[in-house]
Amino acid sequence: MTGTSLKFTRRLIPAYLLALLLIVSLLAPVLPLQDPLAMDTAARFAGPSAQHLFGQDEFGRDILVRLIFALRNSLIVAFAAAILAGFIGTALGVLAGYSRGLTEMLAMRFIDIVLCFPPLLLAMLAVTLYGPGPVTLIPVLAIVFVPSFTRVAHASVLSVRSQDYVEAVRSMGASNARVMFSTILPNIAGPLIVQFSFTVAVTVVLESGLSFLGLGVLPPAPSLGLMIGTGRATLAQAPMLLVWPCAALTAMILILNAFCDDLRDRLDPKSSKIRGQ
Amino acid sequence: MFWFLRRGIASLIMLWVIVTLVFMSIHFVPGDPVELLLSQDGGSADPATVQMIREDLGLNRPIVEQYVEKLKGLASFDLGRSMVDDSSVSAEIARRLPRTLELIGLAALISLVIGVPAGIYAALHTGRSFDRAASYVAGFAQGIPVFVLGTLLILVFSQMLKLTPAGGFVAFSQAPGRHMMLLLMPSLSIGIGLAAIVFRITRASTLEVLPLDYVRTARAKGLGDRRIVLHHILRNALIPVITIFALQIGSLLGGTVLVEYVFNWPGLSGMLVSGVNARDYPTVTGVILVISALFIGLNFLVDVLYGLTDPRVRK
Repeated sequence: MTGTSLKFTRRLIPAYLLALLLIVSLLAPVLPLQDPLAMDTAARFAGPSAQHLFGQDEFGRDILVRLIFALRNSLIVAFAAAILAGFIGTALGVLAGYSRGLTEMLAMRFIDIVLCFPPLLLAMLAVTLYGPGPVTLIPVLAIVFVPSFTRVAHASVLSVRSQDYVEAVRSMGASNARVMFSTILPNIAGPLIVQFSFTVAVTVVLESGLSFLGLGVLPPAPSLGLMIGTGRATLAQAPMLLVWPCAALTAMILILNAFCDDLRDRLDPKSSKIRGQ
Repeated sequence: MFWFLRRGIASLIMLWVIVTLVFMSIHFVPGDPVELLLSQDGGSADPATVQMIREDLGLNRPIVEQYVEKLKGLASFDLGRSMVDDSSVSAEIARRLPRTLELIGLAALISLVIGVPAGIYAALHTGRSFDRAASYVAGFAQGIPVFVLGTLLILVFSQMLKLTPAGGFVAFSQAPGRHMMLLLMPSLSIGIGLAAIVFRITRASTLEVLPLDYVRTARAKGLGDRRIVLHHILRNALIPVITIFALQIGSLLGGTVLVEYVFNWPGLSGMLVSGVNARDYPTVTGVILVISALFIGLNFLVDVLYGLTDPRVRK
């Protein structure tokens, strides 16, 4: 008995860490932190001190504060893109799976087309046309991830639509919209939630890559990818400027991945077999 | 044979869709695309320049005519001229493409050489220390972004240990040894993450194959472990690995963009990134078309490979 509860708490570690990450990034503006943009050129590349725990960067800005705000920016972009993608993708998938026929054909072909492009390239094409910045970033990342939601929703609807309870609601005279969104949707929520968490994790990686190339979040706003990109220039004199954002980004991704795996194991009983456990 | 032909035609249709979409992307932009392309400094563009570029890109002609022109150009591998220095985009791509392919090839090789044996070994010894350690390492390797891994490799091996150069390029014909040395670190950056995925899939699919009847039969026949693993388990366990490889091609190509940038490897990505920064539309679309074609081509190749390993696919 103690064994299971111990295992249970250990499995929850990623969830706790993620919660901590979310709370810190949500509260970052009201926490008693310094301004992430405040420069102090006299203290360029200063080492750790009581006031600046992780030291200061090439403009004398506090590294720890910048890391916190960078995590916040990453998560804002990732969640916004994932919510948008989830909304459009799910609606498309449910519609396609429920109405079949022409709608299904069109929706699924549209998905195939988006999937033809490697995600990073699609984002770069959009940046060329619309210029970099969050206003381009969020819709583009959303479009990249619409197909995965549509596929998951479509497949789940197909397996649910002919079930007795759906038939029952329909025979009671419920409208199509009602059947789709209040009967079918709650029953396929599990895989969609898993997909959502995966999308957030993948979006964080993609956004950091774009920002690293200077095509995502724009300076001086703090972003982990951007910090790694600029830290490369001062590799020899201040390696920690590079190590901290690398560590923060990797840690965040590992936490998100661990959380996703756990969530999938809980919500999708089929997956544990695939993982060989 | 018919099956391969059908796959080939489907790939060509996909390519056509991409060409059309990329062609249309500039027309989707609200407002005048040329002014938007030029407006990066915030000020409004000089009307004479706008007119010139519009003529260069052929934007003043009817859209159907432009489209036909574009397709004609593509049929003869003409991707237009760069807006920055008026050089031929196709020639530049032809010079850089082999370097990118080389990187992808070595990365794929690294991932298979590490991932497949490790996956099989872990599956044959589930729950033992190697299996558990490898699973943690794989989780880490899969999570760390390629450009972070590349940057850290530079920090450790070039900056601190001074073992390898931090990046750059020399032609293979000039200095083969140094060429491979410079190729190794970027390939590793991509290959390690991919190896983690290959490891997981190989392990999982080996575990699925292990309890099957034909493995038991082989064992009952008195075959040696070596023969069972190589002939009975591996061949069947590799099918999902190929599938996953196909799914990973997109992120592999995206990964090369970042990694080439990190290591200053003069493949397609340097061209793409500077093209995006300069809003050089012909260069960007040219590179994107070529990479997408590569993406489709590799997917086709994987499909063919898939059909060869598993005849059941060719129905």
